[in-house]
Amino acid sequence: MLRISADPIDAGLELKQFESRAPGAGGIVTFSGQVRPEAQQGEVNTLFLQAYSPMTEHGIEAAIVDARSRWMLDDVLVLHRIGEMKPSDTIVFVAAAARHRRAAFEAADFLMDYLKTEAVFWKKESTAGGTHWIEPRDADYANASRWTKKETV
Amino acid sequence: MQKILYFGRLSDVTGTSEEMLSIPAEIETAGALREWLDLRFDASGALLDPTVRIAIDSEITFDTAPVGDASEIAFMPPVGGG
Repeated sequence: MLRISADPIDAGLELKQFESRAPGAGGIVTFSGQVRPEAQQGEVNTLFLQAYSPMTEHGIEAAIVDARSRWMLDDVLVLHRIGEMKPSDTIVFVAAAARHRRAAFEAADFLMDYLKTEAVFWKKESTAGGTHWIEPRDADYANASRWTKKETV
Repeated sequence: MQKILYFGRLSDVTGTSEEMLSIPAEIETAGALREWLDLRFDASGALLDPTVRIAIDSEITFDTAPVGDASEIAFMPPVGGG
């Protein structure tokens, strides 16, 4: 399941609801990403996220299908915020439910790597030093490339 | 009239993220539209940057793609990730 919305994400509530949707799963792994308070240009005032519907949704849905083909998963949830956020706001929430923990850990990790590098979002940071658009860091690309090997197996 | 979208840093250059436009008949391809808009906004090549991809009706396309029948054309700089 996927939801992209300008509404705040309550990670605790989302986990509770996800647990009740996946009662037979042996393990659930969740990841919450928060807006960082510090950037290279100084203290972050706001972060603005822009999506392009339905292209953004289609890309993330394809990544979820890919994750389900790689690991035996009972359920997957991806929530992503758009619009204007403040430091410590939850920007992304990913949950994966599986019979075995390794599949749940890896699927959540895989989906986060997709979201950090390939997902169709544009991000603008406002700091005391001004505003600027952010592009993925080399480390994000390196993380995402860990998964390409598996495609040849 | 066709809808043109400018994402990310391009909206700072164009001053808008979205506009309705009558594209002149002689502008037949996505590449020609790119050049015409770059001049129109005095964007100094911001729209010509090869990392800026063009999507026609939500499908990423090439500069040779025809724009005549498109209802929505998006200019997409590299994505920033979530």
